[in-house]
Amino acid sequence: MDRTYSVTAVALVVLATVLVGAFGLRISRTTSDFYVASRTVGPRLNAAAISGEYLSAASFLGIAGLVLTQGPDMLWYPVGYTAGYLLLLLFVAAPLRRSGAYTLPDFAEARLASQPVRRLAGAFVVGVGWLYLLPQLQGAGLTLAVFTGAPAPLGGIVVALVVVVIVAAGGMRSITFVQAFQYWLKLTALLVPALFLMLAWQGDGAPRSAFDEPPALRAQRTVRVDATLDLRLTEPLTVTATGTVDGHRRTGERIALPAGVHRVAGGTRLTLPEGAAVPVAERGGDGGMSGSLASAREDRPLYATYGLILATFLGTMGLPHVVVRFYTSPHGVAARRTTVAVLGLIGAFYLLPPLYGALGRLYAPELTLTGDADAAVLLLPERLIGGLGADLLGALVAGGAFAAFLSTASGLTMAVAGVLTQDVLPSRGVRHFRLGTLLAMAVPLGASVLVGGLPVADAVGLAFAVSASSFCPLLVLGIWWRRLTPPGAAAGMVVGGGSAFAAVTATMAGYPGTGTGTLHALLAWPALWSVPLGFLTMVLVSLATPGRVPAGTAAILARFHLPEQLTGGRPRTEART
Amino acid sequence: MSGFLAGLCVAVLPLLAAGFWLGRRTARPQNLGGLGTPVEHATFETLHNATLAAPPLRAGLTGETARKSARRLRTLLGTDALCLTDRETVLTWEGVGEHHREEILQRLGGPLDTGRGEAFRLRCDVPDCPVRWAVIAPLTVDDRVHGALVACAPRESAVLVRAAGEVARWVSVQLELADLDRSRTRLIEAEIKALRAQISPHFIFNSLAVIASFVRTDPERARELLLEFADFTRYSFRRHGDFTTLAEELHAIDHYLALVRARFGDRLSVTLQIAPEVLPVALPFLCLQPLVENAVKHGLEGTADKRHISITAQDAGAEALVVIEDDGPGMDPALLRRILAGETSPSGGIGLSNVDDRLRQVYGDDHGLVIETAAGAGMKITARLPKYQPGVHSGARLPREP
Repeated sequence: MDRTYSVTAVALVVLATVLVGAFGLRISRTTSDFYVASRTVGPRLNAAAISGEYLSAASFLGIAGLVLTQGPDMLWYPVGYTAGYLLLLLFVAAPLRRSGAYTLPDFAEARLASQPVRRLAGAFVVGVGWLYLLPQLQGAGLTLAVFTGAPAPLGGIVVALVVVVIVAAGGMRSITFVQAFQYWLKLTALLVPALFLMLAWQGDGAPRSAFDEPPALRAQRTVRVDATLDLRLTEPLTVTATGTVDGHRRTGERIALPAGVHRVAGGTRLTLPEGAAVPVAERGGDGGMSGSLASAREDRPLYATYGLILATFLGTMGLPHVVVRFYTSPHGVAARRTTVAVLGLIGAFYLLPPLYGALGRLYAPELTLTGDADAAVLLLPERLIGGLGADLLGALVAGGAFAAFLSTASGLTMAVAGVLTQDVLPSRGVRHFRLGTLLAMAVPLGASVLVGGLPVADAVGLAFAVSASSFCPLLVLGIWWRRLTPPGAAAGMVVGGGSAFAAVTATMAGYPGTGTGTLHALLAWPALWSVPLGFLTMVLVSLATPGRVPAGTAAILARFHLPEQLTGGRPRTEART
Repeated sequence: MSGFLAGLCVAVLPLLAAGFWLGRRTARPQNLGGLGTPVEHATFETLHNATLAAPPLRAGLTGETARKSARRLRTLLGTDALCLTDRETVLTWEGVGEHHREEILQRLGGPLDTGRGEAFRLRCDVPDCPVRWAVIAPLTVDDRVHGALVACAPRESAVLVRAAGEVARWVSVQLELADLDRSRTRLIEAEIKALRAQISPHFIFNSLAVIASFVRTDPERARELLLEFADFTRYSFRRHGDFTTLAEELHAIDHYLALVRARFGDRLSVTLQIAPEVLPVALPFLCLQPLVENAVKHGLEGTADKRHISITAQDAGAEALVVIEDDGPGMDPALLRRILAGETSPSGGIGLSNVDDRLRQVYGDDHGLVIETAAGAGMKITARLPKYQPGVHSGARLPREP
């Protein structure tokens, strides 16, 4: 694989982002342009911007990786990521816009007129933002490692640096255009190679055994096992090994492994013959999250699936970087139209990653052993096509992947830095925003270097779980229930979001090991119990403190729900242009 | 292991932050240990209680504020029971003997009418009732009795009568301050209303003169200008709502500039650079147009030079940054400082100081105008508008316009 193409593509993406970000403003010099220059952002442009910011490394790389390793069950991920916007559309979009809130803490303050609740919401924004940034940085590390062989944390550091420099220097001045550009870039980067890959697949006789168990190798492959794992063989297998297998050191000799479980130490190279069934890998050694989430999924598939569905359906509305984009819509109706357009754009995008996953099962099944399954999207062009075409397509995919990290990471960094500047650091000002940016990126970067090895889509799922347990109750009850009180909202966020956060932390820290059991599944997929817990606490505490319902709640809710024509702010400017 | 460490860090950081915040909130000067003599200590204690009782009262005398402050006031007085009333009801009862509520209410009439305190023995059927005596001290604001402070004790005590009177006077002062706060808010509101619709008479005169000059030579142009004029005046004269959106303010500026261009022709050029993200920002009504008008007036009137004005609105995190820059003659900073301080007022229109005042009133003192200028060096005015500010809604109370 020629690295120059991909490095050039990545550099071009960064350059284009900076240029569009800094100079994408509409400038007018004559009267007739005045309306053009001061025209609000239309639903379609804003929808592309929201989609661009939303489609992260988890969508671009992670879903294909999960489909590759775990099969079609994982199609719930794209479904959940998309359907979250349906609930956002039905329950939140227009009232949130009419509330005039820019961030989630703003919403808490607008609805409950309480500084403590505002600060609590700010703390959760920072928490969710950091949880979400972590997999972005790791995905970046993986991409760079696949293409240049650099050590894994380096890619994360590069993305972190680029984002901090762009955001802190005020380079995201026309963020709507940047993010819309990123959406189309990402779509192109998956769609064009996908077309070529489908052609190649057709040329290969269109094999349809993608989801047969277990996937078999189509050519001899050498695999480097990164982390110690246990191979479960259902039939004897002859491999060439360099490293440690079952406690014996091997140096390139052929060994015949009988059926059963074999431990392969990290760093071992295995060469598997053509036609061999890819053995099922079980993570051993230091556990980590990938193993624990996957094993919980295998033990309790129904519970895990429902946990995933609930987290992704309800978590989208609480993502800090998505919420701020709705402020750009001029009024509630536009916010709703925007959400509909987002559903279309994201739905179209999510058709592609599962395709890569299925092709990956056919042409790169050995990735399940290496722990780099997320790299499937990046490696497929080389596997199927080869030559210069593969290099160019690979470069396109790499550019798209980098766009995914950049757009989501910069959006999240801005959201987190905004909260840090406004509610945590002492006084406001540009310098403090820069400090906030640094802080917003430093923590997840440190964590990503320390933790390592989470599958990106799973890690993002955890961020969704926390968001669903803390912000979803706040938004839904805040918009639809007039008896919500500040103590109730605070208690619900602390109990629901806090317990989800604790479960996520325990899972990330590898507790309680890779063992099986109910407790384990509960911690790995917290949404199913933490979301109802958050709602219940919020309702009960609110009912217990009826005297604390904020004055003016009726007026506030009326403003949330009535169309602007009735209350005042009007969609009139649009009609004039 | 490293995974565990990282998880621990992730878990501990928010906890630390929460603990720090909680600690800062709850840290009160409780511990005065070793600070002076017992008398001084008692004085500190009293002052401390008084300080804590004051903030709720500054919001006026209501059930909730009375409840919040009554606990502190009872500690201050050192009585067994304390109650605060308004003219009709007992707002809160702090301490023992709440069954005397009704009786107190019946005895309230006299002190409320006369404005003079009263001490009396309580009638009680409960054999071991802890309170036998009550002191009523009226709370007066501007010679009007708003309510009363009632202190109850087991026996008659001249000290308590005196102390209750003093505390009632202190509470009255707090209520007077609350009253003052309310009138200050009303004054600000009235000021905003008064300041708002001051469209410059010069501007009306000049615009009409320009339109008149086109009526014969270019009737179509005259009609257009008249419509611009109508749009602009409708925007300026509207009487509902204190806030508008940046998009609408920019349209008003556009109407204004169309009229000004008709008068100055090629001598005026304008560049506009707007980040569309900030167009929905709510801001005080007519707070940017006066800045543009200021630039036009000082740059173009009385000279024959060409002038350029640039208007930019940038997205800056949680704020919108609006910059209005002209290459006119500028101004001596010392004179500008006097204008902003309200010592000299420039002629006509809504002045800079007015806009500055309103921005400070709405967004707080750190959101005033930032003006960079020197004589002969043009002027650059920067306004920072928060995207969200409690109480600022562009849509408030606006009926639909045709």
